[in-house]
Amino acid sequence: MAKNDTVIDVRDLKKSYGDNKVLKGINFKVQRGSMLALLGPNGAGKTTTVRILSTLLPFDGGTVTVEGHDVHNEADKVRSVIGLTGQSAAVDELLTGRENLVMMGQLYRLTNDSAKARADELLEEFDLVNAADRPAKTYSGGMRRRLDLAVSLIAAPPIIFLDEPTTGLDPRSRIAMWEIIKRLMASGTTILLTTQYLEEADQLADRIIVIDGGKVIAEGTAKELKSKVGKDRLELTFKTEKALKAAKDVLGKAVSETDGNDHTLSLVINDTNKDVKEILEKLSDKNIAIESMAVHKPTLDDVFLSLTGKQKQAEKKEEEK
Amino acid sequence: MAVELQFVRRPKPVQALIDSMIMIKRSSRHIIRNTDQLLGTFFQPIMFLVLFAAVFGGAISKALPEGVSYLNFLMAGIIVQTVAFGSTTTAIAVCNDLQKGIIDRFRSLPMNNLAVLSGHVISDVFRNGISTVVMLITGLIIGFRSHASALDWLAIAGILLLFTLAFSWLAAIMGVLAKSVEGVQWMSFIIVFPLTFASSAFVPTEGMNPVLKAFAENQPISQIVEAVRALILGTPIGNHGWLAVIWCLGILAVSIPLAAWLFKRQGTR
Repeated sequence: MAKNDTVIDVRDLKKSYGDNKVLKGINFKVQRGSMLALLGPNGAGKTTTVRILSTLLPFDGGTVTVEGHDVHNEADKVRSVIGLTGQSAAVDELLTGRENLVMMGQLYRLTNDSAKARADELLEEFDLVNAADRPAKTYSGGMRRRLDLAVSLIAAPPIIFLDEPTTGLDPRSRIAMWEIIKRLMASGTTILLTTQYLEEADQLADRIIVIDGGKVIAEGTAKELKSKVGKDRLELTFKTEKALKAAKDVLGKAVSETDGNDHTLSLVINDTNKDVKEILEKLSDKNIAIESMAVHKPTLDDVFLSLTGKQKQAEKKEEEK
Repeated sequence: MAVELQFVRRPKPVQALIDSMIMIKRSSRHIIRNTDQLLGTFFQPIMFLVLFAAVFGGAISKALPEGVSYLNFLMAGIIVQTVAFGSTTTAIAVCNDLQKGIIDRFRSLPMNNLAVLSGHVISDVFRNGISTVVMLITGLIIGFRSHASALDWLAIAGILLLFTLAFSWLAAIMGVLAKSVEGVQWMSFIIVFPLTFASSAFVPTEGMNPVLKAFAENQPISQIVEAVRALILGTPIGNHGWLAVIWCLGILAVSIPLAAWLFKRQGTR
């Protein structure tokens, strides 16, 4: 197979629950061995998309293929090449970690020997050896998620769907989960990740698509998305109201927004080195004292808020028509 | 990855059977791991048997045919009641699977999904088997004696097996339809309780009012109770034997496809 071929191909995917249009024509592709993050707020349609891709939900329009198989007509073929880790840790709580792994392996059509050997390997890899023979209900949240992910890897499927894999985890467990996901990527697995955490998409994914209200509203690498929103900002805080006013007069047009409460000015800067130097020179010429200053690079949060905000405005206009 | 993975390919029907076996193993493990339920499996039947025999025995024995002790009369009823009440376990297990994320896991696997249901139903048969043996032993200790031959016992086992399967598949339907475990408990309470008590399980139907009597004598639970009772007491079985079998087969013929259809539909919403 060619190295950069498309593994997941979603075209004009539509899905409604009654009158509620959850997906209004989504398009995306995932290349072999890459990770795509579906980023969006709650209710954007992320989980619905993953459920459709993993053959759990029928859909109303469009085509969806996974590894060349139609998810509707060739569900069984799709199921044998995917692994799914959902939002709620889908393990059997009364079975032990090992029993969960072996059972799912057998259901994936592994031979008993393979299932057992692979279970041992995964327990080791996911740091669950000590808990292997305890019922899963005694596991902590982080352990359960790890077991859940291990279960979806039992047959080493080439494609993995991770539906909000770190939602509800404490920061330490989250970072541990990220490490595991990074290793998974390094092994060449194709991954579709959904998340509402921008930082997560930023850290892990090769490409990001932002969905909101059932539509793709932006697409690109983390860097590309950030550059869309924008520029760096310089924040200057002054000691007194008077100094703030004086600074405003001096800097004039460059001021983009002010926050009166703590005497802070926010300025858009195009060229960090040159602009900051200029601004500081202007202020020192007039003897205006600065209490503190900071340069802010746009985060994906900014991207996200600006994109979803624009989306809302567009919808409003549409409604008004 | 160090482990070389070997996959097996089997014909679809064989695979479906193996999936069922895997799921039966799973559900049977639940029986042992779920200690609260295990307590019910052992003690509820003992409690019912001893209580009913002690409380009602004196009063009801006068209404019984000559020479039949209430304990001997009661045994068939208590066994059938235990199976009927016990089917709730299947309903709860199915409901639990559907409410929790694990059902999505099973559905995303290349397995026969109906195996999830049959796993619970068949493990219910094992559990009921245990309950029945516990009851018979308790009965023998407190004075239960039977005239049944080995062949009769085989027939009793057969009827009870069919009955357990029939009721557990009905319960599976309840489990699929219910929105919560509490819902399951109420649903089964409303259906199973009247069916069991408005029957000949605990008392002869002679003393009931005509409408209730007509219902009690013709509903499935009574047919099964009467058939098992006749075999235990060594009295003529009449029509009850084949009526019991027909009821069970009829229930199975409707409930299995219905449960399968509802289960499949549930997942696509």
